[in-house]
Amino acid sequence: MSELKTTSQEEREVILSASDLHVGYGSVLALHGVSLEIKKGELVSICGINGSGKTTIMRTLAGVLKPKSGKITFKGTDITGKKPEQVHKLGVALVPQGREIFPSLTVAENLRIGAFGCYKPAQYQKDLETMFELFPILKERYNQGGGLLSGGEQQMLAIARGLMSNPDLLMLDEPSLGLSPNRVDQIFELIEELKSRGMTILLVEQNAERAASISDRVYLLSNGRVEFSGKAEDMASAIDVASLYMGGKEEVK
Amino acid sequence: MSLSIVIEFIINVLSMGSLYALIALGLVIVYGICKLINFAYGEYITAAAYLLVFCAGLSLPWWVAFVLAILGGALIGFLSELIAYRPFRGRSLDALLVTSFGISIILQRVFQVFISPRPKAVNLPAFMSATISLFGITTPLRNIIVIITTAVLLLVLLYIMQKTPLGIAMRAAAENFTTARLMGVNANLVISTAFIISGFLAGFVCLFWVARTGSVEPTLGASPLLIGFIAVVVGGMNSLPGAVVGGYLYALVANVLSLALPTSLLSYRDAIMFVIVICFLVLKPEGLIRGNYQEERVG
Ligand SMILES: Nc1ncnc2c1ncn2[C@@H]1O[C@H](COP(=O)(O)OP(=O)(O)OP(=O)(O)O)[C@@H](O)[C@H]1O
Ligand SMILES: [Mg+2]
Repeated sequence: MSELKTTSQEEREVILSASDLHVGYGSVLALHGVSLEIKKGELVSICGINGSGKTTIMRTLAGVLKPKSGKITFKGTDITGKKPEQVHKLGVALVPQGREIFPSLTVAENLRIGAFGCYKPAQYQKDLETMFELFPILKERYNQGGGLLSGGEQQMLAIARGLMSNPDLLMLDEPSLGLSPNRVDQIFELIEELKSRGMTILLVEQNAERAASISDRVYLLSNGRVEFSGKAEDMASAIDVASLYMGGKEEVK
Repeated sequence: MSLSIVIEFIINVLSMGSLYALIALGLVIVYGICKLINFAYGEYITAAAYLLVFCAGLSLPWWVAFVLAILGGALIGFLSELIAYRPFRGRSLDALLVTSFGISIILQRVFQVFISPRPKAVNLPAFMSATISLFGITTPLRNIIVIITTAVLLLVLLYIMQKTPLGIAMRAAAENFTTARLMGVNANLVISTAFIISGFLAGFVCLFWVARTGSVEPTLGASPLLIGFIAVVVGGMNSLPGAVVGGYLYALVANVLSLALPTSLLSYRDAIMFVIVICFLVLKPEGLIRGNYQEERVG
C-alpha cells in the first residue's frame, strides 16, 4: 500500500468504471446516463439532494439493480447485470443506507455473514482482531443481538460487516445518517483511517461539505445526472448551483 | 383424574404436537426465506408417501424404505423449486403463489392418473402398529417414536440454524434477503436449502401420517397442509420457533377439546378449532411469536 501513496493520483489504475448507466424502478428512470470512475486507493464521494439517485448508483454498482443500459467494469471484469453475491465475491462491499444489520443475529453472526463468500479461518481471525481494534464496542457486544445495539453501534457493525470480506472497494451509503455529532466525528475519523490504510472508498454523505473535504474527488448528482465531477475545491466555481447541493441553501442567486 | 389419564393425555398431546410441529416447520422454513406460502407442500408429503408404498413393496429392509421416502421428499422439494419456482422468482409474489397452486394440482393429477385414484395400502413394519405399555397405560409405539424423532430433528435443525455458516446465512436471508445477498450469500443456495429441508421434513411427516391412516391416496397431502396452516397461523408465520409452538399448541387445544366436549359436540371439534384460528387471525395476525423477518419480496 505504501508505494501506492507515493504514486500520483493520475497514474493510479482505475478499479471501477461505470459508463452511461440508465437505471430505473419499473418504467421510471432514476439515473439518466451516469458515468463514473474510481481509482485504486481513492476516496470518492457522491453528493446531491435527496432523491437525486445516490443510493440508486450504489445499489446498481453492487448488483442489486440491473441497469437498463450502460456498462460497469470492476478490476477489468465486466460486472454489468451480475448478481449481488457475484459482485461481492469480486471484492465490492456495500454498507447500505439505513445500516440494514440483521437484528436477530448476534454481532458475531453479523460479522460472520460479512465474510460468507470468502471465509478462511486464519484470515477471519485476523480480520476480527482488526475490527475489534477499529470498533472496540463490537468486542464488548460480540455475543449480543445486533438489534440490541444503539444506532451508532449498529452503524459500526454495518461497516465492520462490510469490511470482513476485505473488499477492494468499500461503498458507504450515508454512514452518519441519524447519528449524534460525536458519532459522526467517529465515522469521519474512521473513513480517514481506512483511506490511510489504502482502502478504496465510494462515499455518499448527507454532510456533503465535510465529505468533500476528505475526498480526493467529488461527483455532484442532480436528478439522476452527473452535474459536476472533479476536485471538491473546483466545484463551487465550476457550477453555479453547487451551493444548493452542498450547503442546503434554499435559494440560488 | 387418575395419573394414567394424565400420562395418556400428555403422550397424546406430545405425539400429535410433534407431528404437527414438523408439518408446520416445513411450511415456515420456505415462507421465512421466500415469503411464499407453498401450497404444494402437501404434495411433497403425498409423493414421499407413494415412494414409501413403492419401496415397502420391494423386499428392502424397512429402514431403507424409510430413508428412501425421506430422501424422495427432499428431492421433490429441491426439484419443484428448481423447475417450477425459480423461473418465476423475479416476478411478483402472487405469481409464485399461483405457481404453487399449479404444482399442487398437477402433482395430484399425476398421482391420480399414473398411480391410482384409489387409496393404496402401505406395508409398514410391525413396530409402527405395535403398542407398548408405559407407566400403566397402553399407547401405540409410533407415538413414542414420533416424539423422540421430532426432538432429535428439532435439535439437529437448531444446530444447523445456529451453528453452521449456511444456517446463519439462512437466518440472515430470512430477515433481509437483499442485504444477505450483498454480503455474498448465494440466493439460489439458501432457497434450494430451504426447499430441501422442507421436503426432508415432508418425508418424515409421511412416515407417521401413513402409519396412522394405513394407506395413501392422491389427496393425502390436503389434511396435513391444513394442519400446517393452522399451526402457523397460531404460532406465527415468521419464525421457526413459532411453527413448533403452534404445532404443539394446536395438539394441546385439540386434545383438551376432545376431553372436555360432551360426546354430542365432539363432531364439532374441528369447527371449534377453526373459530379459534379465525380469532387468531383477527386478534393476533402475526401469531404468538412475531419473529424479525421482513415482509419483503425475494427477487
Ligand atoms: N424502490 C423504489 N421504487 C421506486 N422508486 C424509487 C425506489 N427507490 C428510489 N426511487 C426513486 O429513485 C430516485 C432516486 O432515489 P435514491 O434513493 O437513489 O436517491 P438518494 O439520492 O439516495 O436519496 P436520499 O438522499 O434520500 O437517500 C428518487 O426519485 C426515488 O423516488
Ligand atoms: Mg440514498
